[in-house]
Amino acid sequence: MKSFPITIKPFGKSALLIEWPNKVDESILYDILRFQKHLSLELDASWEFIPVYNSLTLVSQNETLVFNTWRQKLLDLYASSNEHKPADRYLWKLPVCYDLEFAPDLEEVAHKLNLSVEGLVKEHCTHEYIVYGIGFLPGFMYLGGLPKSLETQRKKEPRMKVAKGSVGLAGKQTGIYPQESPGGWNLIGNCPIPMFNVKAEDPCFVSIGDKIKFEAIPRAEYELHKIEGEVGIYKPEKVKLDA
Amino acid sequence: MLKVLKSGFYTTVQDAGRFGLRHKGVPISGAMDMTAMNRVNSLLENEPEAAVLEITMTGPTLTFEENTYICIGGAEMSATLNNEPIENYTLYTITEGDIISFGKLEQGFRAYLAIKGGFLTDKVLGSRSQYYPLTSKKRLKDHDEIPFEAASNFEIKISELRVDSHFDEQTLIVERGPEYDMLTDSQLTSIFSKDFSISKENNRMAYQIAEYIDGHSTNMLTSATLPGTVQLTPAGKLIILMKDGQTTGGYPRILKLTEEAICILAQKKFGDMVNFKLI
Repeated sequence: MKSFPITIKPFGKSALLIEWPNKVDESILYDILRFQKHLSLELDASWEFIPVYNSLTLVSQNETLVFNTWRQKLLDLYASSNEHKPADRYLWKLPVCYDLEFAPDLEEVAHKLNLSVEGLVKEHCTHEYIVYGIGFLPGFMYLGGLPKSLETQRKKEPRMKVAKGSVGLAGKQTGIYPQESPGGWNLIGNCPIPMFNVKAEDPCFVSIGDKIKFEAIPRAEYELHKIEGEVGIYKPEKVKLDA
Repeated sequence: MLKVLKSGFYTTVQDAGRFGLRHKGVPISGAMDMTAMNRVNSLLENEPEAAVLEITMTGPTLTFEENTYICIGGAEMSATLNNEPIENYTLYTITEGDIISFGKLEQGFRAYLAIKGGFLTDKVLGSRSQYYPLTSKKRLKDHDEIPFEAASNFEIKISELRVDSHFDEQTLIVERGPEYDMLTDSQLTSIFSKDFSISKENNRMAYQIAEYIDGHSTNMLTSATLPGTVQLTPAGKLIILMKDGQTTGGYPRILKLTEEAICILAQKKFGDMVNFKLI
C-alpha cells in the first residue's frame, strides 16, 4: 500500500486538518478514506470526519485538543494504518432528463464545445465521475473526472434561481444542485432523484469516494422517478467498486 | 402551544446544533450566541440542548396557551410581558394567555427566549434548529404554533443572574487558520492593526467585513470550513462563516474565531466595528 507525505495543522481548539499532496487524485482520496476508516476504529464516536479532495478534517465535539500531542498521535496512527481498507464504495447510476425544458444552456454549450446536443449528452453519460467531496449545500457533490471535451466557462451572470435537481457544467466540474439556489453553472439537464432527502432512511445515499454515472432518460420516466424519489422509494442502481 | 401573533424580522427555533452530517454538507446550525442560550437555559434548569427562540433585530409578539416559566437573554429588545417591561436573565412565571412582545433594539442583535423544558418542535436529523430545506420552514411566520409542555410546579432556585454583557466588546480573539502562513506582511499589518466594520451582508451563514485588505492569487482545493473560519477572497474581502455556514469552501482560511468570539460577533449588526487579535 502506497503512503503519502501528510501534514497536520491545527484548525481552532477542537479540530485538526490533515493534508495530503495538493492534487486531485483518486489514489490520494482512497488513502484518505482508508485512514479515515482506521481513525474511526481508533477514536471515540464523538469525532466527526470531513474528507474533501486532498484533506481530512477531524472535529472533536467535546475536547480541547493539545496540538503537538495530537499531531504525533495522528502521524503514528497513519504509519500503522496500512492494513485497513476504506468503507465500501459504489458506482451510482443517476437518471438525468436532458430535455430542453430542464436545460436552458444545453444548445449554447453544445455549440461552444463544437458538439451536437446528442453528442454532448452522450459524452456526459459516457464517463464516470468520482465524488471528491460533499459540501457547499447538503448533498452537493464535488465531482472529478470531467473530460476536456466538456470543459466550459461558467455563466457570466449567475442565475438568482436554479431549480432543484439541475445538472450543470462549469470549468472542470459537473454536478447536481441538490436544492433550489442561486448558481452560475450552465444547466444541461435535471436529475429527478433528491440528493438530500430528510425523509429517506439515509438522507444522502452517496458517499465521498463513490462514483457517479449519468443515464439519459425520457420525460415520462423523469416524472415517474420524481414521484418515487420524493416519497423515498426510488433506489438508484448501484454497483460495488473494488469488488 | 406558543402562538405567533406577529413574527418580527427573523426568529428561528435553535438548539445546540445538528452534528454528524458535515461530511454530507449539512451545517451544524444552532444558536449563534451560545453563551446567551446556555445562560437562559441554565436559569430554567433546562438541558443544555433545550430548544429556544433566536430573535434577530426586531422581535415577535407571542402568546402562551399554557402555564410555564420563561427567561430571555442576549440582545436587549425592550421586551414586555403583558405590556410590563421585563429584564434579561430573570425568570418569569407565565399564565395561560400571557403575551410577550419585543420592541426597540437597544443593544446587541440576537435575543433568546427560553421556556421551561424547551420548545418541542419535531427534530430533523437530531436537531430542532431551523435550517431550510432540511426543516420545512426557514423561520417563524404569523400564526405558527410552537409546542411546549405546560409547567407549573418548578421550584425556582435562582431567579436572576447578573452577567457582564459583551455588546461593547469589539475585539474578536482569533487563532491561526490553516492558510495563515500565506499572509503577507502588509496583509498581516492590515488585519491586526485596523478596525473593520460589519457589512450589510451578515446573517446566520456568514458575516462579511465591509473593508477590503490586499487580495491574493492563491489557489487551493476545496476543503472543510468550520463556524468562525475567516476566509480571504482573491479580491481581499474577509468573510467570517457562522453557524449555518457552508461546510466546505475554496477560499484560504486565514483565521479562526474562538467560540467566545463567535458569540461576540453574533451580537453585531451592519455598521458595528470589530478588530482582530491573535491568541
